[in-house]
Amino acid sequence: MTDATAQDKIAGPTPDTAIRDAERADGPMLAADGRPLKKSLASALRRQKIRALLLIAPLLIFIMFTFIIPIGQMLFRSVENQIVSETLPRTVAALDGYDSESGPPSGEVFAALTRDMVVAAELKNHTRLGSRLNYETTGLSSLFRQAGRGVDDIGEDYTDAFVDANEAWEEGETWVRLLANEGWIVASDEWAAREEAAGRGFDELPPRFVFADGVEEALPRTTEMYADFAAVLRTEDGDSPVDEEPWNIVYLSLYEDLAANPDAPAAFEGAEAELLAEAAEIAAGLEPFDYTAAFEEIDEDWLGEDVWGTIDAFSSDYTAGYFAASADRKLTPDGIQPVDEDQRVYGTLFLRTMLMSLGITVSCIALGYPVAWLLANLPLRTANVLMILVLLPFWTSLLVRTSAWKVLLQQQGVINDILVWLGLVSDSNRLIMINNQFGTIVAMTHILLPFMILPLYSVMKTIPPSYLRAAKSLGATNWTAFWRVYFPQSVPGIGAGSILVFILAIGYYITPEIVGGTKGVFISNRIAYHISTSLNWGLAAALGTILLALVLVLYWLYDRIVGIDNVKLGG
Amino acid sequence: MKLTKILMASSALTLAGSVAFAESHAMESPVAGEPMADSMTLVSWGGAYQASQQKAYVEPYLEMNPDVTITWDESSAEAVAKLRAMNEADNLTWDLVDVVASDAIRLCDEGLAMEVDHDEVLAPAPDGTDASDDFGDLIVSDCFIPQIVYSTTVGYRTDAEGWTGTPEDICALWDLENFPGQRSLERRPIGNLEWALLCDGVAKEDIYDVLETEEGQDRAFAKLDEIKDNVVWWTAGADTPQLLADGEIVMGSTYNGRLFSLIVEQDQPVEMLWDAQVFDLDGWIIPEGLPEERLNRVMDFLWFATDTQRLADQSKYISYGPARDSSAPMVSMHAELGVDMAPHMPTDPANSENTFLYNYEWWADYRDDLDAKFQAWLAQ
Amino acid sequence: MADTANGTAFVAFERVQKSYDGETLVVKDLNLSMPKGEFLTMLGPSGSGKTTCLMMLAGFETATHGEIKLDGKPINNIPPHKRGIGMVFQNYALFPHMTVAENLAFPLEVRGMGKSERESKIKRALDMVQMGDFAGRRPAQLSGGQQQRIALARALVFEPELVLMDEPLGALDKQLRETLQFEITHLAHRLGITVVYVTHDQTEALTMSDRVAVFDDGRIQQLAPPDQLYEAPENSFVAQFIGENNTLEGVVEEIRGDHCVVKLDSGDIIDAKPVNVSEVGERTKVSIRPERVEYNPERLQQGAHTLKAEVLEFIYMGDIFRTRLRVAGNDDFVIKTRNAPDQVRLAPGDQIEIGWLPEDCRALDA
Repeated sequence: MTDATAQDKIAGPTPDTAIRDAERADGPMLAADGRPLKKSLASALRRQKIRALLLIAPLLIFIMFTFIIPIGQMLFRSVENQIVSETLPRTVAALDGYDSESGPPSGEVFAALTRDMVVAAELKNHTRLGSRLNYETTGLSSLFRQAGRGVDDIGEDYTDAFVDANEAWEEGETWVRLLANEGWIVASDEWAAREEAAGRGFDELPPRFVFADGVEEALPRTTEMYADFAAVLRTEDGDSPVDEEPWNIVYLSLYEDLAANPDAPAAFEGAEAELLAEAAEIAAGLEPFDYTAAFEEIDEDWLGEDVWGTIDAFSSDYTAGYFAASADRKLTPDGIQPVDEDQRVYGTLFLRTMLMSLGITVSCIALGYPVAWLLANLPLRTANVLMILVLLPFWTSLLVRTSAWKVLLQQQGVINDILVWLGLVSDSNRLIMINNQFGTIVAMTHILLPFMILPLYSVMKTIPPSYLRAAKSLGATNWTAFWRVYFPQSVPGIGAGSILVFILAIGYYITPEIVGGTKGVFISNRIAYHISTSLNWGLAAALGTILLALVLVLYWLYDRIVGIDNVKLGG
Repeated sequence: MKLTKILMASSALTLAGSVAFAESHAMESPVAGEPMADSMTLVSWGGAYQASQQKAYVEPYLEMNPDVTITWDESSAEAVAKLRAMNEADNLTWDLVDVVASDAIRLCDEGLAMEVDHDEVLAPAPDGTDASDDFGDLIVSDCFIPQIVYSTTVGYRTDAEGWTGTPEDICALWDLENFPGQRSLERRPIGNLEWALLCDGVAKEDIYDVLETEEGQDRAFAKLDEIKDNVVWWTAGADTPQLLADGEIVMGSTYNGRLFSLIVEQDQPVEMLWDAQVFDLDGWIIPEGLPEERLNRVMDFLWFATDTQRLADQSKYISYGPARDSSAPMVSMHAELGVDMAPHMPTDPANSENTFLYNYEWWADYRDDLDAKFQAWLAQ
Repeated sequence: MADTANGTAFVAFERVQKSYDGETLVVKDLNLSMPKGEFLTMLGPSGSGKTTCLMMLAGFETATHGEIKLDGKPINNIPPHKRGIGMVFQNYALFPHMTVAENLAFPLEVRGMGKSERESKIKRALDMVQMGDFAGRRPAQLSGGQQQRIALARALVFEPELVLMDEPLGALDKQLRETLQFEITHLAHRLGITVVYVTHDQTEALTMSDRVAVFDDGRIQQLAPPDQLYEAPENSFVAQFIGENNTLEGVVEEIRGDHCVVKLDSGDIIDAKPVNVSEVGERTKVSIRPERVEYNPERLQQGAHTLKAEVLEFIYMGDIFRTRLRVAGNDDFVIKTRNAPDQVRLAPGDQIEIGWLPEDCRALDA
């Protein structure tokens, strides 16, 4: 057996044995320059590796930006929910430990909500939050929109009371003198001078507001609201609070501070102390504000469990809510519950997408296999001409192809006309072949067929005709030769084609949208709807993530059952 | 509702005869003289509608401002999603976007559209009426600058077989006995649920109150169940006209402008049912966050493009009603066909005897919920 | 090439023609018959029709005209799988998705043979080609030579009486090829099977076959045992195709029985044996084997014609010397001499005189 054993017969030194010999000697083997050979080799290899890395770097970066990062963003978006805690920070904090079954939350929570809503309405964030929460509970969109309009007026009576007593309270300057650090006042004046000098096109922001020492301890609520007021003014309008009258809620906060701590003026000196002392007297004569009643007046729904249950359930930074919705479930204060039966749609759609994609894959195999076989066995010239016919669909717009199917398949369409003309169906009983699952399967099989034929063809091309001849010469009939010898060798092509077609199919949405009617649409159509129409991107991301996971699971199953080595796109 | 009154009034003026207004651009836009960008990207719907905008005000504006280049982007259908994506990427490439009113509300809520003071940025009517009064209730959002009133209504083939009588009201959609055949309806709950309740005997003014309740919704879906097997659901405005022309359906809903071109331009055996037509609005929004020079250009263009004459001119090219009260008397002939456009306007008194107003705020709340129910119902 | 009428022929081609396109014949009027147990090689350049003949015999191509008989019965209408002919392919055609044992079991299974019988036959067949340890391997895990052995075993395992081999050793290296040539011949003779072997390698044809059919242009140019083919080629194609050969062109001057005189185009006169020439004045190609050329005048016959030659190149090849000469205007005249102690080594530029026995120089068709 010369050939079987030939490899081991090599005598004499080889690179392997040389190294082995060298290692047997004392110490590491040295390169010509005296460095250890291993190090020398490693540095030579490192250069090679860096060069290889540089060569693939453009592709790597491209994939990073077009594939990995977007998928990462999608995964993140499907759980991200910071909008609630960012828009309503105080409310979320105040809601800690709230149980929605015990009725509407305390006045504290409404006080926090008022403050959050004032800021949000100024920043025009409240409607966005309303839209977000409206995905979970119907009606929250308008509730937030109304509240945004209403919260402006909360505390108006207190403003009037203070201003009536002393008009100085109306002046922005009064507040600045009362609350601001002296250094800030100087910086603000300088900024105002620069603005004056620059005229048009001045875009420097005023200095960030700084409180005087001890003010924050004396008037905690007031300073908290005033800080927000100054910050919003600064970032939104580029203005300094010096010339602006604060929001009503600041006056209300001042009242609450003074009512809670009548000694607060003691922390101030001079005119400010007097002003505050006067204010404290007025405050003593005012009634505490009923926040709950104020919201009840805006809309009594604010006292409903639904609203607070939803806000509470979605107050965390990350939520499983989108995934729950994707599975026809709902995140409620009592945990995840199934949604009403008349709203369950995603389970059906996922199942339908899978089954129909499977149907499309099977019909692609059934139609594509004989075509690929023919192509692989014809003379190259003829095969090339036919290959152009196979590829032709690729050169036509998807919309055109799909619309062509509409013309063919509709009830007054070409196929029905022919069937009626042939007398196979009566004019009144024309077949319904479109706007249903049949239409989707037909049109998508046509569109995806090349993706089945091409891998099949390239695999079949590598199966020499001599296998079939050998089988026949060994006594196999045509069928046995095909089934036992040819078919098993074409399985990698079927595998590759099926994976391609199936994965492309479950992600399709244009064709199902056009020819699928109501029963032939896929989950991707819902994803597209949430991306472009409902703007519920979180839900779209969750649905997309589930779809991705399903594909990966199927891929894994395929690997387990068939073996991924058994996939070939070509020789 | 005030909207109806305005629409009626404007139509009445139309009947009174159109007065020829001289080219009046007397008042300059509030940003005249400011530095302006010299290019602008407008987003619209493509097709006949965009062409009407091009002819009615883009071309005249370019004539007045030869240095300016205007690019169209036919992306209005995906405008909301694209604007949000642009906002997230912080790369705003659009200057002025044509959207339907519900999208404008959504964009405003999302903070993606700019709030405007209509009296400040829009020209007053020739008689000096403030823009906000001239547009009236059509300003459904602080961000929305209305251009046209269109309606979703029903067209039917006049040669349908086996029919007794002709459809006279919206409930003909449900009358499978007298009007057998396939119908087409839009694949969304808006409009369809209202029609269903209307034909189930709910008074027009009670519809949204009924639809707010679980029972009301069930009732609407149950009504739709009656014709579910006979309905082809459309998603693109061109679908119904095509289906009608092919004879695939005998009646179906679509935008009135689409039916106009099917009937008047293509001369198909189709008639239009104006009963319970659902009014809707289309107009501009300015994306939030435009740099100053680009914003100035947009403001300058808007001042011109939404003035009384321009909106009236637009109706020469398409059968949608101008959103300004003061434009109504100027509606005249179709620019090419020479057809009097007034009777084809959804706002014409003869057409608007029984109209239906789309409640934007209500739908903003109930859209997500009802859409899920609608999809689940369709999938059953 | 005659014995078509021989009733005992095991394989017979009778006036077989084959055309693929309806315009040209790939096989022209082929007549061939071979007795049972013969090892016959079809030898020829590519496109000569030899493989087509094999495929017609196997049943993968149908004859356009004529009849092919196996054991006296016409087989034209019998599909390949019913012919019971074993076949070995150039690329082995082992089924890659089956193990060696499964490959061998395939022909037995399709014949409905029981498991135990199958196993014993497979074992025997593998032992026969000395591959008994490889039953569980896949073809891809075997070397080329091993695969060919398995292919051979598979073609033999169902005990066919006729085995066809289509350039089975073409893809192997020289040393391995020689080993296998030897093994195949032995196996064929030991089992007493009839073999039709196709190759374009003349050495292979000469060393393995009982008879060789030299194909060219769709015809059998000569059908003869190897020694005859080499030493007595019947036409100039066979002379040139088989072994190394020197050719000189000229006109027949004189014919006397089995001796003729040829005047070469250069004007020189030489002696030759008339094979394919019949009259004086006919153009001819004379063919002389390099090892039959003599340049030691002493060894030449008295009165033999000689030619002047100039040595152009001397190549030392170990066992022999190969010398290229310019003879009668031909620069490619090669002579081969045995490396013997007394052998003269020529050097380029030497002027010598060469000659040969007239019976070694065959005057063939021009």
